[in-house]
Amino acid sequence: MTQTIVIAEMSNNTVHASTAELVSAAIALGGEPTLVVPCTEAAQADGAANMGAANILAAKSAAFSHYDASGWAAALDAVAPQGTVITGASPQSKDLAARLAARRGVSVIQDAIAIQGNNITSPVYSGKAMQTVSATGPVVVSVRSNVFAAAQGGASEASVVDTDGNVATSVQEFMARASERLDVAEANIIISGGRGMGSPDNFSHLEAIADTIGAAVGASRAAVDTWEAIPHSMQVGQTGKTVNPNLYIAVGISGAIQHLAGMRSSKYIVAINKDADAPIFQHADYGIVATWEEALPVLHESLKGMMG
Amino acid sequence: MPNIIVLVKQVPDTNAKIVVTGDRVDLSSVKMVMSPYDEFAVETALQHREAAGGEVTAVTVGGAGAEKILKDAKAIGVDHIVRIDADDEMDSNALQTLIAKAVGELGGEVVYCGKSAADTGAGSTGPGVAERMGWASVSNIIGAGFDGGLSVTMPSGGGNAKVSVPLPAVISCDKGGFKVRKPNVKGIMQAKRASVEVHSIEAPASTVSIVSHALPPAKPAGKSYEGGAAAAEVAKLLRDEANIL
Repeated sequence: MTQTIVIAEMSNNTVHASTAELVSAAIALGGEPTLVVPCTEAAQADGAANMGAANILAAKSAAFSHYDASGWAAALDAVAPQGTVITGASPQSKDLAARLAARRGVSVIQDAIAIQGNNITSPVYSGKAMQTVSATGPVVVSVRSNVFAAAQGGASEASVVDTDGNVATSVQEFMARASERLDVAEANIIISGGRGMGSPDNFSHLEAIADTIGAAVGASRAAVDTWEAIPHSMQVGQTGKTVNPNLYIAVGISGAIQHLAGMRSSKYIVAINKDADAPIFQHADYGIVATWEEALPVLHESLKGMMG
Repeated sequence: MPNIIVLVKQVPDTNAKIVVTGDRVDLSSVKMVMSPYDEFAVETALQHREAAGGEVTAVTVGGAGAEKILKDAKAIGVDHIVRIDADDEMDSNALQTLIAKAVGELGGEVVYCGKSAADTGAGSTGPGVAERMGWASVSNIIGAGFDGGLSVTMPSGGGNAKVSVPLPAVISCDKGGFKVRKPNVKGIMQAKRASVEVHSIEAPASTVSIVSHALPPAKPAGKSYEGGAAAAEVAKLLRDEANIL
């Protein structure tokens, strides 16, 4: 059996639960997965236990204290065995995947959503088509979250190995986000508003629901372009963020190709729009033809009842 | 004064409908444009030149048909336009090796590119070229400053980080706060007359090849309701049918 290496997806110095999905992807590729955890303290690798890996390697280095592409790629390359490498598909992990592949002189395949034997499928043209490629020899593959089931069992103890990489960049200043709200790129549930919300002030109704169900608030490009108060960081779509949450609630969004490109792979889509002919309804699991003024208070009350 | 390079790629207009004929995407009737994020890269490269002097060279990889976007870049204000001649599909290893050689030949000291191309959405080229050059790289920047060296703003953890970047480096650009300038009449006239430098560079063989393209599977028709009161029923379905809440 060939070696397959999984680089753990890290979040605030802990192993993110989606790492177990990456192990499943590695198993689908036919390898015996070694899970490599980039950490500054070995204890940060504790969360990698029982995620289905055959071995766990805590790769310990001061280089992992803040993300620097060249430092991380060098430090991981030094300790990860040769073979195909799997990473997550967050913007940072895709960056690392590309850098690590280049360091090893191999190709990188980004955003995998299916693996069958040597064939790896990823969305292209912002999800308007699927591309399947086949690779001979080792590659680096980034795998989207919410696609593979989480692996279980396997190794629970990590062996610790020291490593190092030259960090090129330095952080001068960190500016925390003004709001405590989740980022759309990280959220499992997203509620987004479009120009149909009428005014940026009305996004408060979306925020109230988001607070009830632990969702992030997103926006369409039309909303971001029209209202200065809606920042680009909220934009879901081709020139914004690509998301695939468990639940995407689109309110007052018509469903332009631009927007669909960024959210069509969401597991469940709810659309609320007063125009019954809006294209968004063709992609919705649950469509409600109504104004947001009618639908949102009812939705909020029902959700409050369930969550309370 | 820095020798600035900006990488640009021709892609289908993002509003275009993508058609699959047989098992391949058919782009024959699709309008091709500069990838949207590359426009932010061109803008950032021009701002760098305005702050620090030097010259900006726009580079693309492709056949003669890809020269239109080089002319577009010239019209906005880049100094030189270069096409690396290539017709075949290449995997990321081949493409990045090719671009790294070109950057070396052109004597580039800083390279800007879009955070990803609108066709593949991969975002591999910037960091991959940087690694092959042994350079620093930062990706997905949303702002850049040029006083006392290059510093960029990028999303990090729960906010944004201002990061100083030593040159040489490759920087990939997100939309952020960049306002893209439009070409003026003089620029468009100059672009018409400008000649494209064509380079031929040997690339290694690809080991990743495309097997097929397909349209995404059609979603089964969902449930639809009239009137806001149905939101209560939908909330219940989200809990009981979709098992989300």
